[in-house]
Amino acid sequence: MDISMIYYLVPTLVMFCCGIYGFITRKNMIAMLISIELMLNAVDINFVIFNRYLFPGQLEGMMFTLFAIAIAAAETALAIAIIINLFRAHKNIDVSDITKMKF
Amino acid sequence: MSITLPLLILVIPLFMFLLLGLAGNKMSPRLSGILGCLGMGTTMVLAYIVSFTYFFSGNPDFVDAEAHTRLQWVVFNVDWLSFTDSLVIRLGFLLDPIAALLLVVITTISFMVHLYSMGYMRDHHGVWEKGFQRFYAFLSLFSFSMLGLVVATNIFQMYIFWELVGASSYLLIGFYYPKPSAVLAAKKAFIVTRFADLGFLIGILALSYYTGTFNFMDLTSSQLVSGAYHVNLETAENIKNIFATSAAPTFMGASVLTWALVLIFMGGMGKSAMMPLHIWLPDAMEGPTPVSALIHAATMVVAGVYLVARLFPLYLMEEASLEIITVVGAITAFYAAMVACTQIDIKRVLAFSTISQIAFMMVSLGVARPEFHHGIGYMASMFHLFTHAMFKALLFLCAGALIHAIGSNDYTDMHGLRKHMPVTHITFLIGCLAIAGIIPFAGFFSKDEILTATMGHSTFWYIWMSAVAGLTAFYMFRLYYLIFWWKEHKVREGHHAPHDQPWTMTLPLVILAAISCVAGFVPMGNLVTWNGHEMFPEGASFITNLKALDWTVASISLAVAIIAIILATVMYRKENPLPAKMKQALPALWDWCYHRFYWDELYMFITKSIIFQRVCKPIAWFDRHIIDGTMDGFALVTNKLSYAIRGFQSGNTQTYVWWYLIGVLALGGITILCLL
Repeated sequence: MDISMIYYLVPTLVMFCCGIYGFITRKNMIAMLISIELMLNAVDINFVIFNRYLFPGQLEGMMFTLFAIAIAAAETALAIAIIINLFRAHKNIDVSDITKMKF
Repeated sequence: MSITLPLLILVIPLFMFLLLGLAGNKMSPRLSGILGCLGMGTTMVLAYIVSFTYFFSGNPDFVDAEAHTRLQWVVFNVDWLSFTDSLVIRLGFLLDPIAALLLVVITTISFMVHLYSMGYMRDHHGVWEKGFQRFYAFLSLFSFSMLGLVVATNIFQMYIFWELVGASSYLLIGFYYPKPSAVLAAKKAFIVTRFADLGFLIGILALSYYTGTFNFMDLTSSQLVSGAYHVNLETAENIKNIFATSAAPTFMGASVLTWALVLIFMGGMGKSAMMPLHIWLPDAMEGPTPVSALIHAATMVVAGVYLVARLFPLYLMEEASLEIITVVGAITAFYAAMVACTQIDIKRVLAFSTISQIAFMMVSLGVARPEFHHGIGYMASMFHLFTHAMFKALLFLCAGALIHAIGSNDYTDMHGLRKHMPVTHITFLIGCLAIAGIIPFAGFFSKDEILTATMGHSTFWYIWMSAVAGLTAFYMFRLYYLIFWWKEHKVREGHHAPHDQPWTMTLPLVILAAISCVAGFVPMGNLVTWNGHEMFPEGASFITNLKALDWTVASISLAVAIIAIILATVMYRKENPLPAKMKQALPALWDWCYHRFYWDELYMFITKSIIFQRVCKPIAWFDRHIIDGTMDGFALVTNKLSYAIRGFQSGNTQTYVWWYLIGVLALGGITILCLL
């Protein structure tokens, strides 16, 4: 147990930033979805880390992580359903082409 | 007296209005006409019963037999709107000599007009006029309002009904609403009288604010002056305090009471067409002729006189206001008589004659003083109101018969009708004799009383009013000769020869002519006086008026009238060049009279060029540019701003994320800076 918390936190930060970068730069909606998952997982890991280091012997952080994973699964299913419908309607899932919802 | 009969007098016309107004279209015109006549006939009988009970029953409620004094009798008086303990609006039924007299006048004329309209409001083929049921509904509404006005127990109730008669007058003047001139005339009448009523309202407010009461019983109780009416001591003491408070504060050199009375008189000027608010009455002749007879000759236009008479004890406290009434009345009488001499439209002649005669009544009130013959002017005014209603309604109904037969309002289309329409001819002649003041017709007695009262007050106004009486005789006989004599009647192409009308139209003429012959013998001095005292305590009969005549005044006025009639006979009996020559001799005078002294043009100039241009336009500019401009400015800024920032919502999801990210980083940065 010599590894300090920072060695866990830096990789998750990198993971989270990769997620943001991917979300902003990818035009494909599936790729954007993957980026979201990346960010989510980074946060989940953070939960576990903080639980482990700050409140050892308690399980709230773990529980929240499991809960968030379940929610993320449902959310992903929903997002994919939307994307499929979008593809059926437009034959295209490029996010820069889907700009109808504006002023 | 029970409450039922007086209440029915008001309820029946109101019910007929609702019935004919709501269900009129479902019934035939004939049925609605008959219903209207029946309703008004019943009202008339009830009003007669009530008035005769009041005047002749000798009931101690109505008359104090010992003191020979008639009393005010409140039949009922219910709280209608109670705002506070002291501010309560009541509706009620007050019976006193003038109210009882007016009940008779209004219901009689109204019934005659109801009957007459059955014949008048259909053409020669018997087709009913469009809107016949509406016409009867409005007539009922008017009768209801007018009756409510005369029996009002307080000045606020009077004001309510005052506006109601104005509204029904508006509706009836504009009865032929597809005709633009009728619409304009209705609008004019409404606006002018509304303007006058503004003064009336302010007067009421000022008076009631300082006296703390609306009630006529408190306001006009002549206990103050003579101790005539029944008022208990407490009330009398109270009233003295009331007037002490209202007479003390002053505004622009006159006491509040004077101001209030003059402003209330302004309302009366509007309704009674006194100069300078007379301009609506001649135009009101656009309405159907029976309406002119009922509203604009006999009843509504005398509401102003009635108002002054109702508040007479108050006016008596401020003699200056009575002087104003005298001067306004005298000038109006002379002006209207001058104008009546030149008009071509027969209804307009009668309209100006009405203005002139109402002005007579006003003058009579203005010169009435208790010191002189027990306030004979007041009695004379009410007497003239009564007789004038009868003969002027008669003249108008005759004019209606002529217009109905000829299809034109101008005497130039008539001439020489005496053989064609004998009944109309005789009744019109009786009307003319009555208004000219020839003994023994009705107008002689009442006008003589007025002149007597005027002479008692001031010789100047006596001479003035006598001259006006002469003018009256002249223009009425001018009209009479030009309609019935002058030259042979030429039947216009495509017209039948004119003839007398069906019985529904001639019967009212004959009845009113008969009344005009005998009304002068009613011993009014024992019925209607300003404080209720009988003038002839020894008793009165039908020759009382003859015996009481002041023969100096009577013979002078008779002589003036006869000279005027002879003059009219010389000028207009047969076609001759004399009138045209006189017109050429004084072209300016004739022009001014013919154009009614350019009053309408003056009003047009004042409203259009001064009020609209100088006052209304700047105000409109302020409204449009400053007030609207501010609001428009707000809207404009919001609008521009919205357009400027709407680009943020581009629809591009990734742009949103950028902005979100920047926001989060900024917030995070600020938070950290703050924490450090």
